[in-house]
Amino acid sequence: MSSSGITVGGVVNPSLTARRRSVPLRRSTVVLKAAMAVSGLIMVAYLLAHMYGNLKIFSGSAAFNNYAEHLRTVGEPFLPYGGALWIIRVVLLVSVVVHAYAAVTLWRRARRATGGRGRKRYESIQAPRGAQRTYASFTLRWGGVTIALFIVYHLLHLTWNTIHPGGASASPYDRVVNGFEIWWVVLSYTIAMAAVGFHLRHGIWSAFANLGANTSVRRRRQLNGLAIVVALVIVVGFLLPPFSILLGWVS
Amino acid sequence: MNIILRVWRQKNTRARGRMVTYRVEDVSPDMSFLEMLDVLNERLTLEGDEPIAFDSDCREGICGACGLVINGLAHGPKALVTTCQLHMRSFSDGDVIDVEPWRAEPFTVIRDLIVDRSAFDRIIQAGGYISIPTGAAPDAHAVPVPKADADDAFDAATCISCGACVAACPNGSAALFVGAKITHLGLLPQGQPERHSRALNMLEQHDAEGFGGCTQIGECTAACPKGIQLDVISRFNRDVLSAISHRGD
Amino acid sequence: MGQLVGNEDVALDSQFYTVGDPIADTKAPDGPISEKWDTRRFEAKLVNPINRRKRSVIIIGTGLAGGSAAATLGEAGYHVKSFGYQDSPRRAHSIAAQGGINAAKNYRNDGDSIERLFYDTVKGGDYRSRETNVYRLAQVSVEIIDQCVAQGVPFAREYGGLLDNRSFGGVQVSRTFYARGQTGQQLLLGAYQALERQVAAGTVEVYTRHEMLDLVVIDGRARGVVVRDMVTGEIETHLADVVVLGSGGYSNLFYLSTNAMGCNVTATWRAHRKGALFANPCFTQIHPTCIPVSGDYQSKLTLMSESLRNDGRIWVPKAAGDARSPRDIPEEDRDYYLERGYPSFGNLVPRDVASRAAKNVCDEGRGVGPGGRGVYLDFDEAIAELGRSAVESRYGNLFEMYEQITGEDPYQVPMRIYPAVHYAMGGLWVDYDLQSTIPGLFVIGEANFSDHGANRLGASALMQGLADGYFVLPATISDYLAEGPFAAVDASHPAAQEAADAVRDRIQTFLSIDGERTVDSFHKELGHIMWEYCGMERTAEGLTTALGLIGELRAEFWRNVKVTGENEELNQTLERAGRVADFFELGELMCIDALHRAESCGGHFRAESQTDDGEALRDDENFAYVAAWGFGGDDGQPVLHKEDLVYHDIELKQRSYK
Ligand SMILES: Cc1cc2nc3c(=O)[nH]c(=O)nc-3n(C[C@H](O)[C@H](O)[C@H](O)COP(=O)(O)OP(=O)(O)OC[C@H]3O[C@@H](n4cnc5c(N)ncnc54)[C@H](O)[C@@H]3O)c2cc1C
Ligand code: HEM
Ligand code: HEM
Ligand code: SF4
Ligand code: F3S
Ligand code: FES
Repeated sequence: MSSSGITVGGVVNPSLTARRRSVPLRRSTVVLKAAMAVSGLIMVAYLLAHMYGNLKIFSGSAAFNNYAEHLRTVGEPFLPYGGALWIIRVVLLVSVVVHAYAAVTLWRRARRATGGRGRKRYESIQAPRGAQRTYASFTLRWGGVTIALFIVYHLLHLTWNTIHPGGASASPYDRVVNGFEIWWVVLSYTIAMAAVGFHLRHGIWSAFANLGANTSVRRRRQLNGLAIVVALVIVVGFLLPPFSILLGWVS
Repeated sequence: MNIILRVWRQKNTRARGRMVTYRVEDVSPDMSFLEMLDVLNERLTLEGDEPIAFDSDCREGICGACGLVINGLAHGPKALVTTCQLHMRSFSDGDVIDVEPWRAEPFTVIRDLIVDRSAFDRIIQAGGYISIPTGAAPDAHAVPVPKADADDAFDAATCISCGACVAACPNGSAALFVGAKITHLGLLPQGQPERHSRALNMLEQHDAEGFGGCTQIGECTAACPKGIQLDVISRFNRDVLSAISHRGD
Repeated sequence: MGQLVGNEDVALDSQFYTVGDPIADTKAPDGPISEKWDTRRFEAKLVNPINRRKRSVIIIGTGLAGGSAAATLGEAGYHVKSFGYQDSPRRAHSIAAQGGINAAKNYRNDGDSIERLFYDTVKGGDYRSRETNVYRLAQVSVEIIDQCVAQGVPFAREYGGLLDNRSFGGVQVSRTFYARGQTGQQLLLGAYQALERQVAAGTVEVYTRHEMLDLVVIDGRARGVVVRDMVTGEIETHLADVVVLGSGGYSNLFYLSTNAMGCNVTATWRAHRKGALFANPCFTQIHPTCIPVSGDYQSKLTLMSESLRNDGRIWVPKAAGDARSPRDIPEEDRDYYLERGYPSFGNLVPRDVASRAAKNVCDEGRGVGPGGRGVYLDFDEAIAELGRSAVESRYGNLFEMYEQITGEDPYQVPMRIYPAVHYAMGGLWVDYDLQSTIPGLFVIGEANFSDHGANRLGASALMQGLADGYFVLPATISDYLAEGPFAAVDASHPAAQEAADAVRDRIQTFLSIDGERTVDSFHKELGHIMWEYCGMERTAEGLTTALGLIGELRAEFWRNVKVTGENEELNQTLERAGRVADFFELGELMCIDALHRAESCGGHFRAESQTDDGEALRDDENFAYVAAWGFGGDDGQPVLHKEDLVYHDIELKQRSYK
């Protein structure tokens, strides 16, 4: 529509209507997505390591506690006690903050771009799942929120020892075992892991694609395959200890 | 066959719109979807009603003017066709068919099923070209282009600027459209000098128009009548990131 | 030899028109034909770069012609306003061209040259085009390809990375550059992107969804246009130093054609009414390879690229009324009528020849498909010989399109094709500089009467559009603009106001008739009349009948049309009403032109003038001229001005593709 115009090179240009909101490069959709991708992948790497650590539970109390202790002593004497862990924590914290900030910004922008209604902006309800999208892609955002809530709960439970279903203990091993002997604790972790699984099923593919790695149909299949495998590994790997404890295989 | 249409009617940008139901009888399966609307419009006109406004021009799937959301899907249920190439044989007798305009905040509804897609032109203005003054070109054979690159560039260049990708994207992103142009020009030797600035400028305009970001959901490529593949979005992102990393140079 | 029409017919048709002074193209410089363009460019006055910003240009149309002109003139520094009726410049009808673009590059080393392209084009046009223009077209063709490649147009390439070529109907060399089946789209995107680049640079303003409804002529010069903002209904007057029309062709007059729904004659017709001569209106091209009509709700016909004739074989059953399915008809019962009748060109004869041959076999009752209006285009042999994948890579998208529309799979059953109206060789008369008879009104692309004579060769329209827009117009327009600065004018000038008022009145009239028939129903009926009497075969009697019928229908239109809604809104019925109203007037002129030209040439086939074996028979003695028609007033008769065609460099011959 031509009524309003915008000035370019000194002439009012009728074909340049409202240039709505100018967005600086560092907050552009592509840069925010890249930041999400990088922070997300850092967290994926952490989760893989964390999962590996958790599996030490099968080697018994000593091994697990040692491992927890080891985490705090790596790098010594170059780093103070707990230094490496703190570095990891800072990196993780920054990642979470960046990730969440970008997620919220993009979410709001997507809502604005769709009149606040996302995929539900059509009156028709004949294609509720769109043409092809995966379930995982639907759950990204609320799944992310679920994970955020879980992390808080999880830290309260196993790191800060604030809540202690099944009994408090100074030994991480005991805390874990005590907790997972209770069915609803296991259930809550299972739900969280489902959220993480879906999040990563889509997130890992998406992260690589956003960073420019999806260059062909074949590559797309590979990346999706990778995402599925990593998501499965993480979910299964994390759930092995709780269920083993619940079922009494580890005590 | 007989069908029931529920069509979005909206008198102008400011007016409130709503779905209106029409019965259309004796529809031939050989009709295109738009011809079926033409027939309905003839009837509405004779009844003194205002015909349903929709865009179309070439009616052979190439100009990109047409575009309706049919039963919740951009360009309707059939893959790889534009609305004008969708034929009634894709539907059956008695079907209820919902017809709506593209919806995205940058695509304001002008009337009924017509939206304003000028944002796309402005994105191209921002950098979707190769700067070559008329008459200054070297001989066409001066720069050979590997066939594979030429073919890939071509695939991306087939985008008809219809906007279905935006209409289908849950985030209202135009990443597929932008990516298609960036890929087309970025794969050719002629497009190299402006590759970085093009990506940054087109991105800036894309965001300024109010399109959402891409979450790699892929509805866009499923709706795209020209089958533009998702890798164009990745190439777009890659060009942006590489432009940023070269900024200091 | 067939029978030539005598003077009595001239007497019959002359009741419809009067004869005015002959005209001549005075701008082509003397000297050898190969040097004329250089000479003209050198002689043309230039506008100082600083002054260019102060010179304004209005360009109607953003197709290959208008889009490339706007981009180039913007780049040169002029202040350009560009208009089109679509919502984006990139949707101009040029986007639909499929097959390719010609250029005398001789990359194949198969004997091509500027001379040969020149010769082929003049011959293909059945010796009814102007030598000087065609020669220039062939010269410039070479630069077009360079320009487009540099813009990033992804032409088809070979494994060595160099450009591929194919051959097209009516010639024996491979000079056609192509981009799969979407050459027009890719070329237009190149021009469109160049145009948008100028928009960003601030030299060009683009007005989309704006339709030109009249030309403003002040003191004998074209100075502006009246346009309607198709969203708000506002009638706007835009003024400039020069006006360029690149508004495309008028084949939609026939209702069913391969043109886009919105293609119209309004821009050129309104200019004609303001004094521009309209040349050769009856030269329309009927394209042989279109998908046949399937029902009366049909809104347009779809072209299947002519390139299909490279590998497909055209046939019909030998016996009339043979109702067997094509695969059951054995070889000996098939008639490959083009290969039989034209052994040296076979399926690749020019369009007019191929179209008429199809009509003839259908008239004999040998046509296939519903209504017997179709012939087979068969790929069986090509698939067997080249393999399905080779055929798929060449024509895949066309096959898909065919299947989409007809629901039949051309890999299994032969395609059915039938001729359809496709291209308008006629248009506003222009001189060597592409200037019409109104000073300051330039006409480019399909909108002018062009370089194609009585028949256009495949892949030559894109070439002409881009030649005009990128190279010819930018060189010649400066000669005119250098005459300026012209007196400043504004929308309050009486002539401008009068034009705008007339446009408003006309719109009010449409809206107030409130009759009982839709615009489309009139358009359809007009189309039927034209196809019947002014289509592939024309007779004096039929044309006279048509003139009567059109007159009646036109009168009914103004009495009984129903246009709903109002002006101050987006109103597609109103838009169409204006276009159809102009088609009526053009239709009459077309029939008069066809009637007066009592010879057959190219796409214009008068049944009275044919050779013994049914080929078009030209009458060079009486008709070797361009018929440029002046507007004779609403109640008057058109005035015929003849521009004699003189051939220095090509010998007039009976065209033969046998
Ligand atoms: C299906 C098809 C296939 C073809 N294939 C080939 C091919 O392979 N090779 C070849 O050489 N040629 C081909 N042609 C012919 C060729 O495409 C056209 O002749 C050529 O593109 C015309 O270009 P143009 O710039 O003159 O006009 P167009 O591209 O038709 O542009 C007309 C412009 O004028 C504007 N306009 C029109 N009327 C008005 C108005 N009243 N007010 C404002 N704006 C107006 C329109 O908006 C548009 O922008 C084909 C044609 C068709 C129909
Ligand atoms: C703090 C809670 C979290 C929230 C709110 C959240 C939210 C999101 C959202 C909304 C997206 C979609 C991106 C978009 O909108 O474009 C996303 C992507 C992603 N998330 Fe999370 N997430 C969270 C935690 C995590 C965790 C813990 C991980 C890893 C273990 C992770 C890994 C990823 C990855 C890899 C992506 C893909 C990035 C991309 O598309 O570029 N997220 N997240
Ligand atoms: C069943 C699954 C899990 C188990 C058994 C588990 C166990 C633990 C334990 C025992 C600790 C404390 C380690 C220590 O203080 O030495 C811990 C810390 C932590 N866990 Fe988990 N965890 C699980 C899943 C997760 C998931 C899914 C996430 C992230 C999405 C996560 C994120 C964290 C974080 C961020 C810390 C804090 C690390 C730190 O103190 O620096 N955990 N986890
Ligand atoms: S990318 Fe596909 S859907 Fe999007 S505008 Fe281009 S052709 Fe249409
Ligand atoms: S659907 Fe949207 S999220 Fe990206 S992949 Fe397509 S633009
Ligand atoms: S009308 Fe041109 S693509 Fe549908």
